[in-house]
Amino acid sequence: MEKRELVCVACPLGCGITVSIDDNGFVSEVTGNTCKRGDTYARNEVTAPARSLTTTVRVDGGKAYVVPVKSAGPIPKGMMFQCMKEINKASIKAPVKIGDVVIKDILGTGVDIVATNNAE
Amino acid sequence: MTNFDLAVVGGGPAGMAAALKAHEEGVQKIVVLERAETLGGILEQCIHTGFGLHYFGEELSGPEYAGRFIKLLEETDIVVKTDTMVIDIADDNTVTAVSKADGLLKIQAKAVVLAMGCRERPRGALSISGTRGSGIMTAGTAQKYVNIDGYMPGHEVVILGSGDIGLIMARRMTLEGAKVKMVCELMPYSGGLTRNIVQCLEDFDIPLKLSTTVVATHGKERLEGVTIAKVDDRLQPIPGTEEYVPCDTLMLSVGLIPENELSKNSGLELDRITNGPKVDEYRETEHSGVFACGNVLQVHDLVDYVTEESQIAGLGAAKFIKGEKVSGDCVYTNGVSGVRYIVPQRINRETDADVKLYFRVGAVYRDASIVVEANGETILSKKKKKLCPGEMEYVLIKKDVIANLPKDSVITVRVEA
Repeated sequence: MEKRELVCVACPLGCGITVSIDDNGFVSEVTGNTCKRGDTYARNEVTAPARSLTTTVRVDGGKAYVVPVKSAGPIPKGMMFQCMKEINKASIKAPVKIGDVVIKDILGTGVDIVATNNAE
Repeated sequence: MTNFDLAVVGGGPAGMAAALKAHEEGVQKIVVLERAETLGGILEQCIHTGFGLHYFGEELSGPEYAGRFIKLLEETDIVVKTDTMVIDIADDNTVTAVSKADGLLKIQAKAVVLAMGCRERPRGALSISGTRGSGIMTAGTAQKYVNIDGYMPGHEVVILGSGDIGLIMARRMTLEGAKVKMVCELMPYSGGLTRNIVQCLEDFDIPLKLSTTVVATHGKERLEGVTIAKVDDRLQPIPGTEEYVPCDTLMLSVGLIPENELSKNSGLELDRITNGPKVDEYRETEHSGVFACGNVLQVHDLVDYVTEESQIAGLGAAKFIKGEKVSGDCVYTNGVSGVRYIVPQRINRETDADVKLYFRVGAVYRDASIVVEANGETILSKKKKKLCPGEMEYVLIKKDVIANLPKDSVITVRVEA
């Protein structure tokens, strides 16, 4: 059995979490979290770590140069830089509204890249 | 001269929340005066997520968080004046402002909310020797370059200061293809949120060098490198530990200073630790009818707490305007052994609600207790697994407890390690 100490990044509280992993590689126990999101985070972190991605995308024909975007859900941690490459190739026509989809299902992750601000 | 019931100085998260709360409480004529082109304040450039978990119960980016309040404001008859700079607040709560559209504005207000936010400590506040070539900037300035103006200010980056903005920018620059060589921190611990150390530094293998500072910058036209050195217990560089690090960009994330020029000019005394005005439980300053909230009062780590505090100030301003606000004998608060400061600094004994005392500790503590005492008695004691300077804490004091304390008594909060 293996124990891993994590700091939860699900919210700014940063709870210290201990994850016990049994000999078959399955999570047997999660302790130290103070909410359900922490439990989910800890289980994912030791099996398939994922992160939200936030960046900007170029705006065409508007007053703003760029508009901020985020991944609508967490994407695999190992794919962050590939996703950045895709997003940096993209652009969106002004006007942009919060929630507009900039890239649908980025690199087959099932996660959309959406605008997080309005841009004229 | 225009008459308003409430004038709010600043249209960031603090100003918007205070204005909306006052409006909700029935205050009729409200004006929000904002220096920038748009409402939202610094949130507009904070494109990372992590905002709103407490207040909205979901994780939003800065512009999304601001956007919700901007939308609510637009649905009211609150007057918003952007591109408008307040230059004076007189004793009778006359606010003087200037703008391109209106020229010189004079606003007579029954109450004023100060919500000017804070700004970053600049290079000039540090003693780093070297030339003044380009490539040295505060982390917030770099954030604006990247997230608003859409260009990269450098390729090889050293960040001094591990406050949250520094950590966020380490990740941001890395994602955009820059090489962030290290984050140096003068103190033996980081001033940022733990989760930011994990997801901004550890995720990208960026070294965090504690008890380390930048002692010199090199390069004439453009920064070419910095000299870093270890520091001793008294935070002085240790001779012989110098190391040259080539880089073209130095970002400073070395603290935030509440922007209180207006407050000072109007004669308000500032708390020596928070650098913000001294306030009561409704965030009323020592000037009757002048309230303060958000980062101008104390630097917050979470915008959710700014919103919460600003709603208290907005409620206080509404009560003041309606003539319902209690203002009389007070008790005072004081942070001792380990507790650096407390907001509010005074509480009206006859206050009409329980009061949260917000404070920060001066060092990292594990398995410690927060002990609140007054009049020789312990009011409450709360166990904490972890306390650190980067994270604001609070204790709730019941109004009955406050009412039973003698006039002018002092409530102390301390850490028992």
